[in-house]
Amino acid sequence: MLNYFLQPWPWYIGGPLIALVLFLLVWTGKSFGMSSNLRTLCSAMGAGGKVPFFRFEWKRQSWNLAVAAGTIVGGFIASQFLSSTTAVALSTDTIEKLYVFGFTDAGQSFMPEYLFGADILSQPKSWLLLGMGGFLVGFGARYAGGCTSGHAISGLSNFQWPSLIAVIGFFIGGLFMNHFILPFLF
Amino acid sequence: MRTFIYFSIGILFGVVLFKSEVASWFRIYEMFQFDSFHMYGVIGSAVFCGALSLFLIKKFQLKSILDGEKIRIAPKQNVWKRYLFGGVLFGLGWALAGACPGPMFTLLGAGFLPVLLILFSALLGTYFYGVIRDKLPH
Repeated sequence: MLNYFLQPWPWYIGGPLIALVLFLLVWTGKSFGMSSNLRTLCSAMGAGGKVPFFRFEWKRQSWNLAVAAGTIVGGFIASQFLSSTTAVALSTDTIEKLYVFGFTDAGQSFMPEYLFGADILSQPKSWLLLGMGGFLVGFGARYAGGCTSGHAISGLSNFQWPSLIAVIGFFIGGLFMNHFILPFLF
Repeated sequence: MRTFIYFSIGILFGVVLFKSEVASWFRIYEMFQFDSFHMYGVIGSAVFCGALSLFLIKKFQLKSILDGEKIRIAPKQNVWKRYLFGGVLFGLGWALAGACPGPMFTLLGAGFLPVLLILFSALLGTYFYGVIRDKLPH
């Protein structure tokens, strides 16, 4: 049993537990949305002084910062104490495709060394890719008014059609990047 | 006390994101290649169970467990441009960095320090949206 627990969890455990997080947040009178924290952090760092969008009572969002802080600690606990292996059991097709990119650690690690390895400090190209990706995620999430948690999970669970549009957008952008841009980047 | 409750919910979320591999760059790549059911299973079952729990919350008109107030779920705006355009831009970044806002925090805790770069530029992107917001179609 414990051994099973320390293995990667299958989708039918992970999905319902994410729904449990949504339920707990709604049940305590809040909502499920992680990208809002980025806006809150901007405000907390003083962005409201120049930009009206960040002029709001960010302290009322501190509950969500507590969720984010917990998410950091959860990542630490899961990786340090709850995992007998962090290798991701990818499909052989994916492993082969990534091998062509030079990602030789696909299927053996949690994250690609090329982008998330310890020596990335000496690889400006990796910096650039992560920076571009992060910028688009931050910009796009706020423009769309939510990210995977706010739109794909809570929005779809509540049958809100704007969220369906956003999720379709996520996949248009994601498929385009994955199939037509990534092959030229690696 | 409240902070502790939300912090604990966050811990659960962080553990789940890591253990179900949703936070893995590899899994996001695999999802967009349609090579595995895993991510679709996670998102699909989360939405299924989420819809069921929101339905029950509404049906039994549950009150907030913390302050006893009626639970209301904020509606989204009745427009489409911002959701589509913003969604596409988000998707481009998601497939590149392989991390959406939740997993960013998880990965940071798991010790993948380059994620700081993603987090920092995500803050920059958020700030930039705030700056040019009025010039964008919504």
